[in-house]
Amino acid sequence: MKVIKIDKKDWAGGLGKLSDAYRLFGPVKDKDVSDFKELAAGELPDFDFLNTNLSAKSAVFPQNEVMFEYSLDESQEDHHIMKEPEKDYSPRAVIGIRPCDAAAFLLVKRNFDTPEYKDPYWIRAYEASTFVGLACNDPGKTCFCTTAGCGPFHEDGLDVLIADAGDHFLAKAITEKGEALLQAAGWGAEADGGQIETMKKAAEAKISSTVSTDSLKDKVTTELYDASFWEDTAFACLNCGTCTYVCPTCWCFDIQDENYGKAGIRMRNWDSCMYPLFTIHGSGHNPRGTKTQRVRQRFMHKLKYYVDKYGAGIQCVGCGRCVRLCPVNIDIREVCEFMNSYDPAATTCKAA
Amino acid sequence: MLGYTDKIKEISERLLKEGKVDMVIGFKKGTMPMMNEPCVIKKAEDAGKLVWDSNCGINLANYLTDRKEKIGIIAKGCDSRNIATHIVENKIRRDQLVIIGVPCKGMIDRHKIASMSETEILSVTDAGDEIIVKAEDSEKTLKKAEVLQKNCAVCTHRNPVIYDELVADLVEEQKDADRYADVREIEAMSAEEKWKYFDDLLAPCIRCYACRNACPLCYCPTCFVDESRPQWVGKSTDPMDTRTFHFLRAYHCAGRCTDCGSCERACPAGINIRVLTKKLEKDCFESYGWEAGLTTEDRPPLDTYKLNDPEDFIK
Amino acid sequence: MQNPYWPYPVRIDNVITETEDKNLKTFKFIFLNPEDEEKFAYKAGQFAELSITGKGEIPIGIASSPTEKGFVMFTVNKVGLVSSFLHAMRPGDIMGIRGPLGNWYPWEKMEGKNVIIIGGGFAFTTLRSSIIYMLANRSKFKDIHVIYGARSPGMLLYRDELAEWEKRDDINMHITVDATDDPDWKYNVGFVPTITEQKAPPSDGETYAIICGPPIMIKFTQPVLDKLGYDNDHIIMSLENRMKCGIGICGRCNIGKEFVCKDGPVFTLGELNTTPKEY
Repeated sequence: MKVIKIDKKDWAGGLGKLSDAYRLFGPVKDKDVSDFKELAAGELPDFDFLNTNLSAKSAVFPQNEVMFEYSLDESQEDHHIMKEPEKDYSPRAVIGIRPCDAAAFLLVKRNFDTPEYKDPYWIRAYEASTFVGLACNDPGKTCFCTTAGCGPFHEDGLDVLIADAGDHFLAKAITEKGEALLQAAGWGAEADGGQIETMKKAAEAKISSTVSTDSLKDKVTTELYDASFWEDTAFACLNCGTCTYVCPTCWCFDIQDENYGKAGIRMRNWDSCMYPLFTIHGSGHNPRGTKTQRVRQRFMHKLKYYVDKYGAGIQCVGCGRCVRLCPVNIDIREVCEFMNSYDPAATTCKAA
Repeated sequence: MLGYTDKIKEISERLLKEGKVDMVIGFKKGTMPMMNEPCVIKKAEDAGKLVWDSNCGINLANYLTDRKEKIGIIAKGCDSRNIATHIVENKIRRDQLVIIGVPCKGMIDRHKIASMSETEILSVTDAGDEIIVKAEDSEKTLKKAEVLQKNCAVCTHRNPVIYDELVADLVEEQKDADRYADVREIEAMSAEEKWKYFDDLLAPCIRCYACRNACPLCYCPTCFVDESRPQWVGKSTDPMDTRTFHFLRAYHCAGRCTDCGSCERACPAGINIRVLTKKLEKDCFESYGWEAGLTTEDRPPLDTYKLNDPEDFIK
Repeated sequence: MQNPYWPYPVRIDNVITETEDKNLKTFKFIFLNPEDEEKFAYKAGQFAELSITGKGEIPIGIASSPTEKGFVMFTVNKVGLVSSFLHAMRPGDIMGIRGPLGNWYPWEKMEGKNVIIIGGGFAFTTLRSSIIYMLANRSKFKDIHVIYGARSPGMLLYRDELAEWEKRDDINMHITVDATDDPDWKYNVGFVPTITEQKAPPSDGETYAIICGPPIMIKFTQPVLDKLGYDNDHIIMSLENRMKCGIGICGRCNIGKEFVCKDGPVFTLGELNTTPKEY
């Protein structure tokens, strides 16, 4: 598809036009921390970031989301019956999402949009979104996207890819949705697409961090599960759940009813496999009652179960957030190496 | 603190070899600048993995809770105070422990150092009272005293309060530290200003509970926020629920908190949570002359009583 | 888009206290909208989320049989927040049911085969559903054996029906209790594994065993079945993990790559042997 040149002086104006047709979401800085927020009128996304602290997943899958409303007032005709609330699924544009976060939506979609069940909240929000990606000219030291099925200029999952070329942006329309967005913004000056390719190669060459995932699918689940390295890997873990909250591909949630007097909401909140309550039975029995079991679940899910279930690679895009934000430095790259190279026949594995 | 690492390795190797402990809990080198990973060493030949530098901020007492083994544990001042608290609260027995004391000169503030660099930091190394920060296109030498974690900058218990081994001579304690400047600032605010301050302080919280889980005091089998019968607190990031969590957690730590800074260090949202616990620390100090974890003899003021208590509620 | 999280509104029609400890009650529900009952077409072995407005949802096996029309029935053990609240609800109260969820016992495969049902304690609910279903389709199956045990006579579920089945000659009932001082007790005394050893027919190579009960019962019954010649692909079990969404999306109930709520709850022992034992 074609590449458009956007002079930076035309950037704010174009976004202004977009805000007539889209709800705009973008990275905003608050006390040095970048995160995705809905942009206020006239507010510009702040592109001065390596990556946001939390991923962009909240644009489609908010941390707290109302699923139903209800009345407990028996004088009401429809008391105790769940009603879907009105929600705003008008077109929204997520501006400045990194290619890794956009690719993550495609991985997560396999969970929310299945042949048997469709999660209406996720799917409606996803379909309402146009993703305008910001290519990474300078990927970080903890970025390992190129070996996690992604890359600094990766296009899958994006509708438009924007690259910062100094005094202007280069915008590549990837889908029709993306083309429509560029048109709505009034950006139309065609440019040579070759420059993006050059920038892409330069950016990819800067990625110094990698993972090997080639052998994961051939491992026997139960052997990997019983591997000796889990105990040591999990030792430092605080079970705080930071890794899961900041992860663009973690999708687990809890469902809770909250009552306010005679009315209430059924809502879902992000949950985490790091928490003991996640799996505890009514009887008190907990199949993942120990820290080690929970840490193993997180990595096995991302690097083995997902691989086996969908045959489409690992459930990780290499954004590096969990590596950067883990308070005790548990590093998925290291764990992935342990798993990928695990040999149950060897008396000691690499990790021991 | 140069040279500590060698001594830690030597002591740990000896303790493991002589069978005095089943394991040593310490730090190993992390995969990123300014990060070390808490680790457990069970074989004498693995003692070489242990390290010590200005990036050992996580409080290792957290890893002792309810353990049954005989344990060697590396402890800087605050860790040792939390070990003492653990002993008082029956979360570990003194005779299970060989405490390898580390006279500490403070941990560095990794967020602060990161924000001082234009480009990503490649390595940070200790050099006595200085820190050498290497980034892609620069190398800077910083005075360590200027980039300490905020709690370390005002720490008055750098030396371990209980120990069985010592990795170096005791260091001089900081004498003129103004420990509660930040608390006084908030105390001076009007009610409206305070409301706004706390609102703003806790707004970025994502309720991940990293602060709670990094805290050696937070060992309740089920935290009040996780209770379902009755459910005290909602599970969303509703500001009321978020505040309830933070305020109540702080109160649970009153008279027990050693200001080790683990909560703040762990927070992924960069929240200055210590202002809550510090206020209670200050109150306990001013009301009872109490500082947590200095002894294994006395219980913290809020879980004990005295017959001669001047307040009449007890009589 | 059909919202799979939306519970069909139902009215509690009837509540029966099943056991002497009063911890198990059977609830009969009637759909407020008759067309919802059609949408709720289920098979024996499936479960549903019982939704109590303002409290939450609990996954419970369906105790009624697809051959019983006009209502659905669940037997609920009082354990947590939602089940305790449900126990205090009365006929006429409005709540919700979401489902049917999960897979079912392999009825297609079991056609023309001997079937032995082994149940213990309150895990007899979907087994009741299965027995009613099989009796209504009796010609489709060869011999049917049922071994069902509880702590005491007063802890057996569905006692009237058990007595009726006892009288029939097209189903072999082996009811047992761990112990009893009731002089009129005319059935077996002993743990389920022991009674299985004594009464269960050996496998003819194609006999299916469906086994539901507490972990300890399953642990000791398994070797008995081995001895009787049942291979792992003919031993069928139903798991209970903590669940929320019930449709394989919320992430908590997995054993390996399988979700108990969606890919299960019914698994063969052969299948379970290839997954981590996180149940």
